Amino acid sequence: MAFLCNWCSYAGADLAGSSRMSYPANVRVVRVPCSGRVNPMFVMQCFKRGFDGVLIAGCHPGDCHYAKGNFYARRRMPLVQELLGYLGVEPGRIRFDWVSASESGRFAQVVADLTEAVRSLGPYGRPAPIASPTLPTELEPVHE
Amino acid sequence: MARTGVFVCWCGSNIAKTVDVERVAAEAATMPGVAHASHYKYMCSEPGQVLVRQAIAEHRLDRIVVAACSPRLHEPTFRKCIAQTGLNPFMAEMANIREHCSWVHADRDTATAKAIDLTRMATARIRRNEPLSQTEIPITKKALVVGGGIAGIQAALDIAEAGYQVTLVERTPSIGGRMAQYDKTFPTLDCAACILTPKMVECGSNPGIRILSYAEVEEVSGFVGNFEVKIRRRARSVDMEKCTGCGICYEKCPVKVSSEFEAGLGKRKAIYVPFPQAVPNVPVIDREHCTYYIKKGRCRICEKFCAPGAIQFEEQDEILTETFGAIVMATGFDTWDQSKLGEYGGGQLPDVISGLQFERLVNSSGPTSGKVLRPSDGREPKTVVFVACVGSRDPAHGHPYCSKVCCMYTAKHALLLKEKVPDAKAYIFYMDIRANGKGYEEFVQRVVERYDATYVRGRVSRIYSLDGHLVVKGADTLLGIPVEVQADMVVLATAMEPRADAKEMARKLGMSTDQDLWFTEAHPKLRPVEVLTAGVFLAGACQYPKDIPDTVAQASGAAAKVVDLFSKPHLLSEPMIAGVDEQNCVACLLCKEVCPFTAIEAAEAIDPATRKPRAVARVNEGLCHGCGTCVAACRSASIRLRGFSDDQILLQLESLALAHAGEGD
Repeated sequence: MAFLCNWCSYAGADLAGSSRMSYPANVRVVRVPCSGRVNPMFVMQCFKRGFDGVLIAGCHPGDCHYAKGNFYARRRMPLVQELLGYLGVEPGRIRFDWVSASESGRFAQVVADLTEAVRSLGPYGRPAPIASPTLPTELEPVHE
Repeated sequence: MARTGVFVCWCGSNIAKTVDVERVAAEAATMPGVAHASHYKYMCSEPGQVLVRQAIAEHRLDRIVVAACSPRLHEPTFRKCIAQTGLNPFMAEMANIREHCSWVHADRDTATAKAIDLTRMATARIRRNEPLSQTEIPITKKALVVGGGIAGIQAALDIAEAGYQVTLVERTPSIGGRMAQYDKTFPTLDCAACILTPKMVECGSNPGIRILSYAEVEEVSGFVGNFEVKIRRRARSVDMEKCTGCGICYEKCPVKVSSEFEAGLGKRKAIYVPFPQAVPNVPVIDREHCTYYIKKGRCRICEKFCAPGAIQFEEQDEILTETFGAIVMATGFDTWDQSKLGEYGGGQLPDVISGLQFERLVNSSGPTSGKVLRPSDGREPKTVVFVACVGSRDPAHGHPYCSKVCCMYTAKHALLLKEKVPDAKAYIFYMDIRANGKGYEEFVQRVVERYDATYVRGRVSRIYSLDGHLVVKGADTLLGIPVEVQADMVVLATAMEPRADAKEMARKLGMSTDQDLWFTEAHPKLRPVEVLTAGVFLAGACQYPKDIPDTVAQASGAAAKVVDLFSKPHLLSEPMIAGVDEQNCVACLLCKEVCPFTAIEAAEAIDPATRKPRAVARVNEGLCHGCGTCVAACRSASIRLRGFSDDQILLQLESLALAHAGEGD
């Protein structure tokens, strides 16, 4: 699962498309306004729900569309990585990186690297699916 | 319950070639909340949009997912499309199955599976979409143009002609920019000054335009409609009101300094105007070289001769803070420093000059009054070698791009040389001739046929000095032989580069730069004059090497965009902003700490349980930009970012988790 900030990394991924680059097809993208929007809970939820790796990408330091949202992400994500490490999630499954709107090649590379890292670690040990208590009840029909 | 319509686009063959669109639509029809799914060749076309609107009416849809290209391209299209049916525009989502799928994956099955997943995520997310509304924001109808070259001049004139106030900020003492340095312009051979100076004068006299020369943009804050800009007006040391422009000060000044305007081929004084037609025609004192500043109060000759008493040695830099509704960036380019090329003499051979220096050499108001004389001994050169692509199309020297104008100006130089020195011979070393403009190819042909220029296809490997002339060694790759020319002078068409401070400038404006540090446009084809920061527009070579016609066209385009913005009575606010659930808020105010826009403040609300006031965090909707940093920081999950709520994002994850439960274990 990749959380890409709208202004830099999502645009970088778009450019990878317009440049007809190629990268592993197992990445799914969630567009967020800013890497600072990525709640550590999202990352945890990803592993809880069976994803094998998580990428969080934002604008380079100083280039943030919102001035400094990416700095918060930079502080948060290593903590999440460390915390999840205690819980048995290998740090290599989480990657936090900068990808600018022009760095299509870098985006493809980051995805390829993470995929490779996750492949070598193997599938994340998945618990049985359980309904998340943080999710609203209207979610139930999705389960059916 | 949501009634979602899913519309899968083929994008001609762009998507349909790699993604089985029929299967995506069939799968989508089974996704929770989906009431209708269909596919069509071009969803964004008029018939495609009609199809969407008909389906909304027929199937009583209350929201739609379009699985097509990037939302960065067509989200606004489909928002407008559904707004026509009376739905709230924010009830449309896009699944990016083109840029993120069909264009990057070749295998049809894998790409189709991914497209289904991306569509699934969008259909899950949209179940939590809610109608959003926008408020009105006033616009400050004043424009800032940064850079006073031909791009900035044209943009400023066009905006002022439309009736809006413009401030034109120029770093050097005069507007005019690069074009003022040129002699004649290709392919018509109009003299650059003859077509530029009237525009400069017009700029200076237009009541709608205020020129701030010898000034720089220090800081930009705010956003479209209301940018707050700090401009540093450097101390000119000459009172602009009192100065009559008589010029006696620089006539009498005893200090001679190498002239930037003459590209180092001529001298100027320590108090100077860069060139005689300068606008404003008020000198500045170069404090680095002026005796008064070096020897603490000595000299003062300019002051003695200045009849109106305009010299002010003690003047200080001034910081102006003003609000502008829109900004046009027209900061131009630098040329590559040839001293970095050791094989071409590394800047040590006086008769190896740059294209810009040649412009000054043939210019009748230049350092030699238009006589082509080589710098070393002032003799007329009879054999001149022109080298194209010096540093351009050369990844090893950091410029993988084509500088675009060199082919043409090199041809022009060969022609001007022949006109000034009829018995001279021009050799041009080139990689390819790129003469792609109106009348350009014809111009190059004319130079080859009528001006006896010899074009040699190949690179120059070395230039060195021998017995009073230059030896140019290279290869003719068409004949496959090494060649050597004994030349009197060599002109290098050095690469165009972004300004040295382009990155810093981009940062000030929240823009991005590309890998070569040119400013990045919002879309390479469809939004070439806008950048991703709303309200900022590009003109000229700060974006990419451009010739004068392209620069002027883009400057007028940027001006039209500014005028378009100013013609609206107001702007609509960003609807995707944060809101606090005050009942749940514990007033830790961590959100306030992390907000980059100081949009969160401590407030009081009545607690429904105790009916007493208590502290809460509150979002100032006028200041919130919707980054969501506060949402991720909130300990009690009391802040929601409209359009990017936790629910919406978690549903995206959850939909995939459920669809793939049990796989791969």
